[in-house]
Amino acid sequence: MSLWDFLRDPIGFLTTWFYGVLAGWGVAPGVAQAIGFALGSFILATGAMLFVMLLIWFERKVIARIQDRIGPNRIGPWGLFQSVADMLKIFTKEYITPIGVDWLPYNLAPVLSVASVLVVWAVIPFSITFYGADLNVGLLFVIAIASMGELAIVMAGWGSNNKYALLGAFRAVGQMISYATPMVVALLVPVMMAGSLSLNEIVQRQTVWYILVSPVAALIFFIASIAEVGRSPFDLVEAESELVSGFNVEYSGLKFGMFYVGEFLHAFTAALLFTTLFLGGWRGPGAEQIPILGFIYYVVKTGIVYFLTVLIRGSLPRFRMDQMMDLNWKLLTPLSLAVLLVTALTNKLLEGLALGWRVVVLILLNGLVLWVVNGLLQRYERRRVRREVTSVRRPVARPQQGGAE
Amino acid sequence: MNALQIIFLVVAAVTLASAGFVAGARRTMHAALWLVLTLLGVAILLATLQAGFFAVVQVLVYIGAIAILILFAVMLTRGLTEEQGAVHHRWWWLAALAAGGVFAVALVILNRWPGFQVLLEELPREAEAMTDWGLALVDPMRYLIPFEVASVLLLAAMVAAIYLAMSRPGGQS
Repeated sequence: MSLWDFLRDPIGFLTTWFYGVLAGWGVAPGVAQAIGFALGSFILATGAMLFVMLLIWFERKVIARIQDRIGPNRIGPWGLFQSVADMLKIFTKEYITPIGVDWLPYNLAPVLSVASVLVVWAVIPFSITFYGADLNVGLLFVIAIASMGELAIVMAGWGSNNKYALLGAFRAVGQMISYATPMVVALLVPVMMAGSLSLNEIVQRQTVWYILVSPVAALIFFIASIAEVGRSPFDLVEAESELVSGFNVEYSGLKFGMFYVGEFLHAFTAALLFTTLFLGGWRGPGAEQIPILGFIYYVVKTGIVYFLTVLIRGSLPRFRMDQMMDLNWKLLTPLSLAVLLVTALTNKLLEGLALGWRVVVLILLNGLVLWVVNGLLQRYERRRVRREVTSVRRPVARPQQGGAE
Repeated sequence: MNALQIIFLVVAAVTLASAGFVAGARRTMHAALWLVLTLLGVAILLATLQAGFFAVVQVLVYIGAIAILILFAVMLTRGLTEEQGAVHHRWWWLAALAAGGVFAVALVILNRWPGFQVLLEELPREAEAMTDWGLALVDPMRYLIPFEVASVLLLAAMVAAIYLAMSRPGGQS
């Protein structure tokens, strides 16, 4: 117990210290563990929600630079406290409850939408010692919890007694369910390589980053996770010109704020998951010996992935509904199945080979799959009959034949 | 009574109550939402029985897929989202009697089974033998045939869905 121990692994040090203090007070180990878990989840959830303010600031700054603006720059250094001011303002706003809402679903939806994201943080390994729970079905748990988010959107859309909200909810849930298919299939590649569904184990077995083993699966997961979050270019949910703002039209004040926080948190969580599954999580030189170093690696890697999603958000226009569905069902789903098949077969056939050679073969095969699919798509594109985008042409108004004049 | 038993009692009570609300809700939409809570309660019960995999699959399949589908079906059916008025049928007591009878028979039969009175033991953490479970599904001596039959059923459902949604060359969908 020294300063070095604390600096090396602050979380583990504090946990040991905390349980030591409770044991000193004569608290039973079971009860102490319950208190520890409750306190830990409270701190993690609060920290995550406060962290969102930083994310919002970061995103506004980056998008402002893309659009040749400066972005928030008045409150605090570089406008850092702008989100704090926004948060304080949203606390004071009025809750407007429209007539005819379904009370329970309407009020439960914002809570559920944030909760469904925060629960995912329980299984994410932030460093070798810092994780909430090491579930042996961790990845499946993450996917299952995503369905709770869909439920929140349905409840919001239906409960607010507004047809635009309902249409927005339909779109959002349709998109989320569709994109879950290629996402889950792509996720099977890391699961197969690691031989486990536990996120902790997937990170520990990742001596070679899985983005090198299967770049195509990583790309599919990245695209599908953006679609799951519903950010640009997949933000059809809040198409202002058609749907006002989607499923959350009728919400005001902090209830709207919850959806907003939930969206940003969801985007960041997607980046966290991408880092965990494909970029080696907390792995890096010296991360096993000095856990805090692993945490720093993890944050840096996630930051890079998140920066990429923000860049995409700032630079790509929105898909049309049929384009979004085409991309999913005609490209991503078959591609993910092909990659899964190729990876499984290669991995089994080349079991005796050294890992390095296997990785080289897998990269080449991934390239081959991508090339073949691209060729097929281009052939299809050449033959395809272009769909008419405009409405049916109507006859131009003509002066009446044989009129009065 | 330990903590696990308290959790079990609370979750079981919530599950039963929400199952009752499924039958008694005046709006079909509310019944569907209560059904979600019931299914979630069953998932938590599975988790307390140390069947983590089945708990997660319960949430994934029953809430993530089936309950969302039910919600969509209810919302897309005309007139089903409005309040339906009283849901009590004139013969509700007969239904209650039948349900109670089935429950009593099940209880009597279960009571004869020797495993009914045995207290469950806590399993070690690695006891959830997923590999064994997966192998059982592809072993012809164990569960291969039911597994394959279930997939045939799903195939039939899929063909039916495609048939319903297909637009015919004549122009009529």
